[in-house]
This record gives sequence, structure tokens and C-alpha cells, in this order.
Amino acid sequence: MGSLQSSPSHPDYVDLAEKTGFSLEQISILHKRFKQLSHNEDKLRREHLDQITDLQANPIREQIVEAFFDKRNFYQDIEEPVNEINFENFLEVMSNFRPPSDNLSEEQLVKVRKEKLRFLFNMHDTDKDGTITLEEYRHVVEELLSYYEALENETARGIADAAMLEVASITRGHMEPDEFYEGITFEHFLKLLEGFEIESRMSIRFMNMDTTTL
Amino acid sequence: MAGLGSGTSPRLAGFVSLSLLVFVAVISASPDNVDGANETLRRPSGDSLEDSHHHPRNSTEHRKAFPVLAFNYEHVSKPFVISLWILLALLMKLGFHLIPRVSHVVPESCLLIFVGLLVGGVIKAMNQTPPVLDTKLFFLYLLPPIILDAGYFLPIRAFTENMGTILVFAVVGTLWNAFFIGGMMFAVCQIEAAQVGHVDLLSCLLFGSIISAVDPVAVLAVFEEIHINELLHILVFGESLLNDAVTVVLYHLFEEFAHEGTVTVGDALLGVVSFFVVSVGGIMVGVIFGILGAFTSRFTSHSRVIEPLFVFLYSYMAYLSAEVFHLSGIMSLIACGVIMRPYVEANISHKSYTTIKYFLKMWSSVSETLIFIFLGVSTVEGPHNWNWIFVIFTLILCLLSRVLGVVGLTFIINKFRIIKLTKKDQFIVAYGGLRGAIAFSLGFLLTDTEKKDMFLTAIITVIFFTVFVQGMTIRPLVELLAVKKKKESKASINEEIHTQFLDHLLTGIEDICGHYGHHHWKDKLNRFNKTYVKKWLIAGDRSTEPQLISFYNKMEMKEAMMLVESGSAAKLPSLASTASLQNAQQRAPPKQRAIPSISKTREQEIRKMLRANLQKTRQRLRSYSRHDLFSDPFEDNMSEIRFRKQRVQMERRVGRHTLIFKMETAVLLSLQSSEHKVYTYDESESPRDGAAPETSPDSVSLLSESSQRPGQSSRMKKRGDAEQGARAPDNQEEQQKLSRCFSDPGPKEEEEGEG
Repeated sequence: MGSLQSSPSHPDYVDLAEKTGFSLEQISILHKRFKQLSHNEDKLRREHLDQITDLQANPIREQIVEAFFDKRNFYQDIEEPVNEINFENFLEVMSNFRPPSDNLSEEQLVKVRKEKLRFLFNMHDTDKDGTITLEEYRHVVEELLSYYEALENETARGIADAAMLEVASITRGHMEPDEFYEGITFEHFLKLLEGFEIESRMSIRFMNMDTTTL
Repeated sequence: MAGLGSGTSPRLAGFVSLSLLVFVAVISASPDNVDGANETLRRPSGDSLEDSHHHPRNSTEHRKAFPVLAFNYEHVSKPFVISLWILLALLMKLGFHLIPRVSHVVPESCLLIFVGLLVGGVIKAMNQTPPVLDTKLFFLYLLPPIILDAGYFLPIRAFTENMGTILVFAVVGTLWNAFFIGGMMFAVCQIEAAQVGHVDLLSCLLFGSIISAVDPVAVLAVFEEIHINELLHILVFGESLLNDAVTVVLYHLFEEFAHEGTVTVGDALLGVVSFFVVSVGGIMVGVIFGILGAFTSRFTSHSRVIEPLFVFLYSYMAYLSAEVFHLSGIMSLIACGVIMRPYVEANISHKSYTTIKYFLKMWSSVSETLIFIFLGVSTVEGPHNWNWIFVIFTLILCLLSRVLGVVGLTFIINKFRIIKLTKKDQFIVAYGGLRGAIAFSLGFLLTDTEKKDMFLTAIITVIFFTVFVQGMTIRPLVELLAVKKKKESKASINEEIHTQFLDHLLTGIEDICGHYGHHHWKDKLNRFNKTYVKKWLIAGDRSTEPQLISFYNKMEMKEAMMLVESGSAAKLPSLASTASLQNAQQRAPPKQRAIPSISKTREQEIRKMLRANLQKTRQRLRSYSRHDLFSDPFEDNMSEIRFRKQRVQMERRVGRHTLIFKMETAVLLSLQSSEHKVYTYDESESPRDGAAPETSPDSVSLLSESSQRPGQSSRMKKRGDAEQGARAPDNQEEQQKLSRCFSDPGPKEEEEGEG
């Protein structure tokens, strides 16, 4: 549940381990990191994440930070707006990046894939209405291209438009002349990134974390 | 041709070419006889001419008549023979593919070795000396094109993601193989019955080091035909490339000390140091030449014709320079190609890119063919020293050590991998450990003749076994085990966007975790590359062009081709009537999605057609010069206008008409000569949104742009017929529209693209 003591005992860890799937060792390392980021407080705020210097150079840092404060990514219901999160929520978000364990059955793999794609979808869908509109997608592309600092918006728009078209053609196929493609729903998103092997690509190794660096 | 004659004509062709090959081989192998014939031929002709000379001049001496027809073979014998060998080898290669049944079952390398055996046999039967696979020839001329081809087109992403695994297999695996085989062979040699007791430990280790290395040529030859999934392909292939350093060090080490007789610990340590020097040194040499090549390509905008040569020469120099210092030439070549490629490709014209691609493929193909044929010929030549026990045990030990090595290493590696290697993967990796011509050449270099023959025989046997047995059976095994095949890659802009998105996302998460992992360092490298390196090595403003854009452009080109090809031209709306635009066949593009990728030949046909028609107008504009590549003065402006329009249109009609629009732009893009591989976007913001009053005939004015390409506009006009031929356009109408289009308000930036 909510608050953890400053030196959490193992039963809490075990509880968390069951929920999120991390190992006890990984949880304790992540907890150390959490405390480091939040300057030993119980709750993590956006400012804490903004202090990470390496993150400043990242073109999509806004969305990454937002993902940690997005209630859709938490298992329980928390009212909006979420301004601070505790360790459990932190872990919940992180658990999306766990590599799939070795002996998963086919449906379990599908489930894992769906969860990861759900996370990605939530990242894109900033107004939380369940669809990724053209504007939101454009925003994504612009941010990606802002990395190269050289382009105008038209370019990004062109690419985003082309991408939307692609989605439309994949998912909707034939469209009547009067139809307008509103936005990418989650099902379309799933279909779009079918061949993407996201379960292995969207994973990082949670070992060997050097918690002394900040 | 395979269709006709139900197989008899290809067989006949094959037989004829085979006999020709043999015939010429015989001739080339016996220059003396031919020279003798020369002399005898010349003398009578000279004499007869003299005799017929009835009116001697005032001078008393005999004047030789002017020889109308002479026969002088030795003048051109060397290049003649070489060319003929290559020509006939390629004819053989051609012949195989005419016999479909055989080429499906047997990999090409086997067939070529077989042909080599035949030829060698025939030559031997006539008591001539066949040409042998000279080591210098092999290492200096035949091997580099293959390696350069492989290195230049190495899939970088897959390679770096699996770098750890590949290195472990290459270094540790090869070391294990060498020592295991060497050691066990020494034990075998101790057996009395073998009568090879004179082979000492060091020689055995030397032998082990020669035979342990997986050969890139053989792997390429076999794996290319089975279309296995990318991971396995890159694992085996990467291993075969990177184990060169180990092989070089071990070989030199053991060869040095085979003479000495003993190896001290100090020498072993020096060997380890030498390994690092060889590999890192090789890579450094490659990187230096790669950077030089990239830097040179920055200035080639005025002499496009020689651009490909720079790529080839710098790479070859990298290889040779590394060989001078006994560093790993293969690693140097790979490093050079990998480093050079992104920068060179941003700088050179599309034609040069195509040239490089095709020349590399061509040379590597020729080299591979020649290597295998010579391997066959050399086998027949011998000298051989067949020792049953030695050879059989070598074979068994090679297989055993490979299997043990792969299984053992995978067990360790899987602890560090996200995507684990399954048993099936391990089997394929183990089974794909083919030996080839490198082992043979290294064996050939040995100086000790007594053991050399025996070693060579064993090496050849192992090569034959791996190439024939493993090469032939790997395809059915892959089918049987249902190993994942190569994915048909369809370029999807969404996937590309998400690939980049994921890269940044994972980097960000790693930063939050404080974990300096794979993504963190890759991101740092990319940033370094972007801010410093690209500015130096890429000409002009292309240095700031992001990958997403170039990907997008490439995709558009491909789609344009697809649309033109698949007859959607038939469904293109009449552009004179805008109303029909609304009802335009949006069905057409979605159907395009369902159509599998266009065949390369069709693409080429279309390109040829386009280019042919383009050149007709261009040739009137410019005078001919052998060194000029035709550059289209209109192209650059066209891209700007078109892209601006495209953006405007996309803005407006997302979801509906953009589909039509896309078709049009796609066709227009297809008109663009492939000169522009990479387009640049201009930076200025022009009030495009407001300034497009020609919206409704927008597509029409787009059409007018195409009037620059007289052949193609007719395509746009077609309705209902699926012709793709180009016809003479209706010029006047277009000129009007063109002028309207050109009279647009808004600044026109100067082109920052080519030239």
C-alpha cells in the first residue's frame, strides 16, 4: 500500500515482488535509487526527476516524466492530478520494462506484449481520451525530430501525417470519402506494432545498477 | 530458357560450357605447346609471303612482306587466360541456375567445387600442371572484395546489439576449438597405429589453429541461400569475421614456435598481448582509413564519377596497410566499411551509391566463384598424404569441439542476454560453423613439407565435409526444425518512429535508474556523432538531416514505385476534374498495402523507363561530356515545391484526401530521378498555408510540375488502362499550369542539396 518505512523490511519487498515481478535484489536496488532521487523522502515529485542531468538531453523527457505520474500506469486508482508518487508506484511503472521471463507460454507473452504496448500508448495519448489523435502524434514526431534541432514544423507534420495514413490503411482499409480518421485507438495501435517484438525490445537489464551516480 | 526444351537445352548449354572450360583450361595450362605452334605457324606464313613476293625492291636483301594476319599468343597470354577462367567460371555459375532442381538442393559452392574437381581432373589427366590457389592471390585479390562487401552492408543494429555474444563466440570459441583440436590430435598422434608419431605438440596446435576458424566465405555462400532469421545470420557471420584476429595471432604464434620447439610462459603472454594489438590495431587502421574516406567524399560533389573509386581504394588500402603490420586485415576492412558508410552515403549521389553496391556485389560474387573452383582444382592437384586415422579424427574432433563450444558458451552467454538462444538456435550456430578457403590457404603457407601434405589433406577433407554435407543438409534441417526465417521487411514509418522513440525512452529510463547500460552509451555516441563528427565529414547541410527524414523519403520512393507498378495508374483519377478527386479511389492505396513487395526487376524496368525519357530532354540541354553525370537543374526546385504542397495538403485533408494526394506525390516522386537519395528540407517558413489558392487544381498543378518529365505526365492522365509506358505529354496545357505554379508567392530558397 501507500507508505513504506525508510528501511523497508523484507515482507514489504516480498509483497512488491509478487505484484511487480521484480526480484528482491532488484527491488532493494531500485529502492536505493528511489531514495537517492527523492532525497530520502517518501514521495517522488517531478522536480526530483528533472534534476537528473542526463535526462535533460532527452527529446522525449516530458513524456517520460509524465509516464511516472500517469494514473493509468498504476494498478490502483489514484485521483488526478498526481504530483507525487511513492515507491510502489515507481516500481509499477518500472515493471513495464522488465524483460519477459524465459518460460512464458504463448498467451502470457501476448499479455506481456499488450501491457507494454499499453504503456506506450498511454505515453502518446497525452489527453487521456483513449485515442491518439493526429495532433498528439505530431507532437511525438516533433519531439523526436527536435533532437536534430534543425527542422520546421511542416516536416514533422508531413511525417506524422504519413504515419497516420499508414495506420489508417492498415486498420481501416477501405474508407468512404466522407470518413475522417479520428485517431488511433488501442486496438489499432496493437495491430500496428504487431511485428515489432516489443516484449524483447522494450526491456532493460535491471542488474548492475550503480546507485552512486546521480 | 529453362522453360523451353524441358531441360534439355540448359543441360546442353551446361555441357557445352563445361567442355569449353575444360578445353580452355587445357590450353592455358600448356603455354609451351602453343608457343611452339606459334613459331611454326609464323615461319611458313613468312616464307610463303616472301616467296610470293615477285618484285624485290632495289635493295638486295629480302624484305619481309607486311603480315596481314599474325598469331601472337604469348603477348596476351596472361590476361587472356585469367579473363577466360573468370568468364567460364561465371558461365558455369549461370549454367547452374538454369537447372532448377539441382540448384535448389545443392548450394552453389558445392557445385563450383565439383566443377573445379572435374577441371582439375581433366587437366591432370593430360599431364599438365593446373593452376593452384596461390596464397598470395587468395589473400590479396580474392578475399578482400568478399569481406568488403560483407562489411559495407553489415546490418549495424543487429551487429552491435549482439556484439557481446559474437565476440564471445569469436574469441573464446575459436580459442577453445584450436586448443581442443590441437591437443586431442596430439593425443591421437601418439597412437602407434597412426604412424604419425613425429608430429609434435606445437605442430598439432598449429594445425588446430588453422582448422578451427569458421570461414566467412563459406558461411556467406551457404547462409545466403537459406534466408535464415537475422539474429542467427549475424551471429554466425559476425563470428566468422571477428575470429580472424584470433586466427592470425594463433597462426603466427605457433608457426614461430614450431621451429623453436618450445613455448615459454613469456611467449604465451606475449601472444595474448599480440592478440589485443592485432585486433585493436586492425580496427584502428580501418577507422583511420574510413574517416579519410568519409572526409574525401565530402568534396566530391564536382566529380561524381570517381566517387565509388574512393570507397574501394580506401578500403583496400586499409586492408593492405593492416597486412603490412601483420594486423588483422579483415577487421580493418570491416571497420573501414562500417565507419565510412554513413558519412559517405550522405555525401555521394545516388548513382554512386548504386555503383558501389553493384560493384561490390559483382566482385565478391566473382571472387567467391573463383575461390571455390580453385579449391576444387587444388584438391586434385595435391600433393596429398592420406592418413586415415589423422583425417577421420580431425573430422570428428572438429564437429565435437564445435558442438561443445557452442553449447558451453551459450550456457554462459544466456545469463547475459535478454533474448535467450534456444536449443534450435544453438544447433544452427553449431552446424553453421563451416570451414573454407582461408583454412586451406593458411595450410598452404606452411613451410614444413612433410607434415604440410598431411595437414593439407586433412584440411581439404574437413572443408569438403563441411561445405558438401553441412551445406547441403542445412536447408532441409532449417525447414525441419522450423527455424524462424528472415522477416519480410516492409518499411513502415510507424515502426521507424517507434524504434527511435523506444531508443530515447529506454535511454531515459536507464538514466532514471542510474544504470549506465547499452542505451546510455549508444545515446552518448549518437550525440557525439551528431555534434562533432557529422559536421566534419558530411558536406553542407545534409549533416543536420535526421534519420527519420531520410527514412521517410526512401519509403516514399518505394511507395511511388509500388503504386506505379501495381497498375494503380489505372485508378488514378482524372486530374482535370477536381470533383472526382473527392470520390477518388482511396481503395487503391490500401490495396497497395496488401500487395507484396514489388519485384526488383520491375522496379528497375520502371526506373529505366523513367530515366530514358528524362534523358531525352536533358540531352538537348547539355553538351556531351564523358565526365559529366547528368544533373537535372529542375529537380532541386521541384522537390521543394512539391514538398511544400504536400505539407499543405496533408494539413488539410488528413484522413480523406491525403490518400489521393499521397498517390500523386508518390507518382511524382517516382518521376524524380534517383539522383536524389536524400532530400533536404529548407529551413525557412514560408506562408504556405495561406498561399495555396490553387487548392482545388492543386493536384493539377502538381501534375504540371511533372511536365518537366515529359514522359511521365501521361501516366497521371491515364485512367482505366494499366499502361505504364510513357507517352508524349500535352505540353501547352502543362506549360500554363506550370507557370501558374511557378508564380506562387513566397520565397524560393536556393537549393541546399547536391552540388
